[in-house]
Amino acid sequence: MASGWQLFLESFWPIVWGGLSGTIPLALASFVIGLVIALAVALARLSKNRVLSAIGRFYVSVIRGTPLLVQLFVIFYGLPAVGVVIDPWPSAIAAFSLNVGGYAAEIIRAAILSVPKGQWEAGYTIGMSNATTLRRIILPQAARVSVPPLSNTFISLVKDTSLASLILVTELFRVSQEIAAFTQDFMLLYLEAALIYWLFCLALSSGQNALERRLDRYVAQ
Amino acid sequence: MSPSDDSSQQGPDAAGEPPAPSDPLAPSDPLAPKAAPDDSPLLTARGIRKSFGDNEVLRSIDLDVRRGEVVVLIGPSGSGKTTVLRSLNGLETPDGGTISFAGGPELDFAKPLPKGARFALRDRSAMVFQQHNLFPHMTVLQNVIEGPQRVQRVPKAQAIAEASALLDRVGLAEKRDAYPFELSGGQQQRVGIVRALALKPDLLLFDEPTSALDPELVGEVLSVIKELADEGWTMVVVTHELGFARQAADEVLFMDGGVVVERGAPGDIFTKPTEERTRRFLDRILRPMD
Ligand SMILES: Nc1ncnc2c1ncn2[C@@H]1O[C@H](COP(=O)(O)OP(=O)(O)OP(=O)(O)O)[C@@H](O)[C@H]1O
Ligand SMILES: [Mg+2]
Repeated sequence: MASGWQLFLESFWPIVWGGLSGTIPLALASFVIGLVIALAVALARLSKNRVLSAIGRFYVSVIRGTPLLVQLFVIFYGLPAVGVVIDPWPSAIAAFSLNVGGYAAEIIRAAILSVPKGQWEAGYTIGMSNATTLRRIILPQAARVSVPPLSNTFISLVKDTSLASLILVTELFRVSQEIAAFTQDFMLLYLEAALIYWLFCLALSSGQNALERRLDRYVAQ
Repeated sequence: MSPSDDSSQQGPDAAGEPPAPSDPLAPSDPLAPKAAPDDSPLLTARGIRKSFGDNEVLRSIDLDVRRGEVVVLIGPSGSGKTTVLRSLNGLETPDGGTISFAGGPELDFAKPLPKGARFALRDRSAMVFQQHNLFPHMTVLQNVIEGPQRVQRVPKAQAIAEASALLDRVGLAEKRDAYPFELSGGQQQRVGIVRALALKPDLLLFDEPTSALDPELVGEVLSVIKELADEGWTMVVVTHELGFARQAADEVLFMDGGVVVERGAPGDIFTKPTEERTRRFLDRILRPMD
């Protein structure tokens, strides 16, 4: 038991470091790129142009209808077969961004639709174009509405990045796998990894709560 | 804001100002409308038609508004009053008819509209909504300067100076940094009015500006509108406040079923309506319990 405790302590910082240098940057980069994709897809879906909105709908349907692990493997192990070889990190970021793009698009679309029609009209009556009204009036309000669900998406993403260990990205889970392979203490190391994911998520959701409390003040009546 | 900003801001305004408003605040007054009330036609609308599906909401509405005139639209719910205002502001596109503002092109809705037609309309008029529709994520001041600054490209310092003066005029100077949710309904609606005024439109459109308010707040909003009317602003007001209409209106239009049933001076319409429908409507408003 003493050696178990010691292994726990000795592997704690390496695993946490795997999280800080792998998991979190991977999740952050994918989330930011994913949000850009999501906004574009949400606007495409809301567009009056049927082709655009069909493309948006198709994208969301494919992303949400296929497993993330399969998406990841298609990019990392599949694309080389057609001559496109991408390194582990960019592959992981690509897969997670595209995935977040599909899920967050629906959140952003719903948030935009939740802004009362009168807000568009108030923008129009002061002379704004559609695009300016969207940017100045609608999106800031939609952003506030979408903070809670997008925070949840981000927390899920942090956990989902453990899949990147399967394409050789050094992140939290891969560090614990490597130590476990060496020491053969699978139970201890995987529970430890679980604990550290949990601590990360606790920190993130308390950040989420603080953010929501601050934004609450401005949400439309 | 520098003093030179200030004077350049007053220059064009002062030139077109109505003859000596009695208000002592008026000389440097951004509330003064762009053009003097000189009885020349400002807005001409002919044969405005609009249907939503099978529902024929407007059947050939004619409307003339002269500069400085206050036109009040009354009529039962669903008669099309809001749709008229929205058509004038380009928020709704009529199926037929024409709208023209003095000095602007005539828009013929039976034909394909030229690009930017809606903007041409919005350039001339501004709407005050029943549910104020203030931007909840912006302070009072930001709400007011958004149009001048972002759309009309007024320099920020000038936009702020003008907005502050307007807010001061409606008694909301101390609220400039408050958010809309921190205001009472009456204050919110006054900000809504100031937001429209800040655009210096030729025509103000009010859609039941007091009907969403608690009764004790109606007065403060109506008195602001009445002041604006007295100062020579041109406006079309949809309201059920007949007392206000009687005092402020130059012309009252009674609408029912998508047509203007009767129009005339408030004294005539309210005391001796010629149409049976008008009489019944007025009876219902004046004696709702009978
Ligand atoms: N966007 C729309 N789609 C379908 N029908 C509409 C729309 N806007 C208005 N209508 C219909 O048009 C008719 C006239 O509406 P409008 O809002 O102009 O009436 P109103 O005179 O302003 O009534 P109220 O006093 O209740 O505000 C109503 O029957 C309404 O249901
Ligand atoms: Mg109405």
